[in-house]
Amino acid sequence: MNDRAQIRMLPDGRRLHMYDGPIDVIVEAFGEVSEIEVAYRVAAARFVDILDELCSELEFLRRPVSEDGDLPAGPIARGMVAAVKPFASRTFITPMAAVAGAVAEEILETMIAAANLSRAYVNDGGDIALHLAPGEKFVVGMVERPDRASLFGTTTIKSGDPIRGIATSGWRGRSFSLGIADAVTVLADTAAMADAAATVVANAVDLPGHPGIGRVRACDLAPDSDLSERLVTQSVGELEPTEIRDALEAGIRVAESLRGSGLIRAAALNLQGETRVVVPVETGLAPSPSAETRDGSPVHA
Amino acid sequence: MSVADDAIRCDACPVLCYIKPGRAGACDRYANADGQLVRLDPHVVLERAVSRGDTLVPFLEKSREWDGALVSGEQTFVTAIGAGTTYPDYKPAPFIISSEVAGVDMVTVVTEGIFSYCGVKLKIDTDRHLGAECSTVRAEGEAVGHVTTNEYGSQMLSLGGVRHLTGGSRHEGTATCDALLNLCNRKAVELKIDDGATVIVEADKAPIVDNVQEERMRVGCGSATIGMFAKQWFGKVDEVVVVDDHITGVLSEHQAGKLLGVPESGIALKGRRSTPGRYFRVAEPGTSWGGTNIDDPLSILGPFDREVARPGLRLLMVSTTGEQHAYFELDEDFRPVEKELPGALRESVERIRENCEPALCTVLFMGGAGGSLRAGVTENPVKLTHSVRDALTRVTCGGAPVYVWPGGGITIMADVSRMPENAFGYVPTPALVAPIEFTLKLTDYAALGGYMDHVRPLSSIKRDEESRKRLPARPDNPWPLASAKSGEKSRT
Repeated sequence: MNDRAQIRMLPDGRRLHMYDGPIDVIVEAFGEVSEIEVAYRVAAARFVDILDELCSELEFLRRPVSEDGDLPAGPIARGMVAAVKPFASRTFITPMAAVAGAVAEEILETMIAAANLSRAYVNDGGDIALHLAPGEKFVVGMVERPDRASLFGTTTIKSGDPIRGIATSGWRGRSFSLGIADAVTVLADTAAMADAAATVVANAVDLPGHPGIGRVRACDLAPDSDLSERLVTQSVGELEPTEIRDALEAGIRVAESLRGSGLIRAAALNLQGETRVVVPVETGLAPSPSAETRDGSPVHA
Repeated sequence: MSVADDAIRCDACPVLCYIKPGRAGACDRYANADGQLVRLDPHVVLERAVSRGDTLVPFLEKSREWDGALVSGEQTFVTAIGAGTTYPDYKPAPFIISSEVAGVDMVTVVTEGIFSYCGVKLKIDTDRHLGAECSTVRAEGEAVGHVTTNEYGSQMLSLGGVRHLTGGSRHEGTATCDALLNLCNRKAVELKIDDGATVIVEADKAPIVDNVQEERMRVGCGSATIGMFAKQWFGKVDEVVVVDDHITGVLSEHQAGKLLGVPESGIALKGRRSTPGRYFRVAEPGTSWGGTNIDDPLSILGPFDREVARPGLRLLMVSTTGEQHAYFELDEDFRPVEKELPGALRESVERIRENCEPALCTVLFMGGAGGSLRAGVTENPVKLTHSVRDALTRVTCGGAPVYVWPGGGITIMADVSRMPENAFGYVPTPALVAPIEFTLKLTDYAALGGYMDHVRPLSSIKRDEESRKRLPARPDNPWPLASAKSGEKSRT
């Protein structure tokens, strides 16, 4: 319980907006009005404790995970650790890479445990947890850059698909990135996993040593960043087509490997207007052009 | 942790970010501007509509072509909606904005207040009996307020207040906060009055009492209706009874009828006669004829006086809104027999109806500006109170005018219908978050101990930011920056 959290309905009267410190979520539930009301009420009640809960273990959550390390106490923190653990052996990663997705998941689970909803999403700054009752679907719009609202494509997620989490990462977004991708959107079974994987894939889209890329130590920008002295991307000059291809290829290799090990379902990588996708052929999850008529409610990833 | 020498520690939330100059914290809301912690919140910029036509668009989204000069300071007013609060940190208000109005430097202190001491006053236009005075009003089964006075054609309810918000059970507080928030954001709320009606209330909409939508306010009490329409009835009917739960009027006995020379009719009303032609309590309060519980108007009459009445006597009975009416003629046995309403009388019944205004619910937000809110404006909060009292400082809620109660403190009332949509939020305390702006002369602001080093020009509020909304001002609201008084102690 705290007095900082602000909770209100957006002017459209449908979506719930809640923010507390750096957590900023938009929630929309679909179903009977009485069920939506219950869902929003429990979402708000859960929300007000989240930031204090996470901050009580913040120091732990900012340290890299190890395979057999201690577990944190809070349920969200545990979800963060579980989501980043599979990456611990291959790269530097802290539980903070999954914080937004894990928070979105927790709020969504609270809602669907209390209310009967046909669909729902919790969008925590672009990291989205989805709920789909049988037969339902969401149309998801994908952005070229997290700081702009232009869609480069949409994809439809149906209740039969295993996907329940979407996350986008890139150097232009709110969190620091070690890579140069404008946006990497990942579809995974959970929002926390999508969040962690998007971070890892976006870090991999890179041209190490390229002179046109401005990099700064994270601690020089934010003294308490979990990335401490690692170099984070602050600017990317115009790249040659071959360089774009090479950088995307590096990301694709990581994304393919994550998909091969079942950690993610699909990914779309964007760099200076070029898009590459990693999709399972059998599910036909390829992004379709955004000009197509959308028949569901778009969720912006 | 060792901190870089020029970073500042933000204590707005438990993340406690260290923020370097020119950068924002993890929230993107607080930033370090030359060593000062500043807010970067989205908020609503209320723009004085250049033409009235603009008001047809409820939310005018940000436009890209603003050059900072097109709209002068006089034309843009920054509201506190979404501005964020200072509670409980006693920091300067999130936005302290200067603008020049007709050659005078003005300043507007913009903040969202967290109101634990707040509520709404509801005026429900209805003749129907909603419940006895002092009865408890419930939302979601919890006590959220009480029935207060009956006003002319309206029932007043008082909801909220600190006792319901924080003095009762947790659930009572939450239900109260929910009801207040929804009412203030102009949403419908169902209220159940103990031993009374269930009423659905929504600002600027007709009340729905026990599933019946109220159409019209009564033209007046029964007695007043007799006075207004006596001349139109004269000669067309022998007796008229205007049925009203408060004061039922009888034409032949009423002063208005006497003046016209309407002869006695031998009618006998139940209830208690107050003065000639005016009767109290002809029936019990209810939701039928004139706010009584009767469906058969004859049930309020006793037998006609055979010495005075005559067979064939024409009697009109009508409610105070004209919604219910019946026409009778006495048979040989002096019993009223219902007949079709003659055309000549139909007109007068319609006239009553025409004279009734549409029934509405109106919602006034009422709250008291507390310590931290005033401390966000000035280091010497009582001076703000005095300045408001002396009308040197204009108070607005989301750009809407407020009534400042005389006496101590800053206790305000504002019509939520004159504020932008969804202007209110809440915190789980529970308490309402309401926008509040204080506008005064820059020199007066300095004199009352304002945070002069936090004043920034209106031009620094860029309109092209993603999250900022521009709204046209309502033409029926006085422009918040217009004709603010200075120096002279006059009230407007």
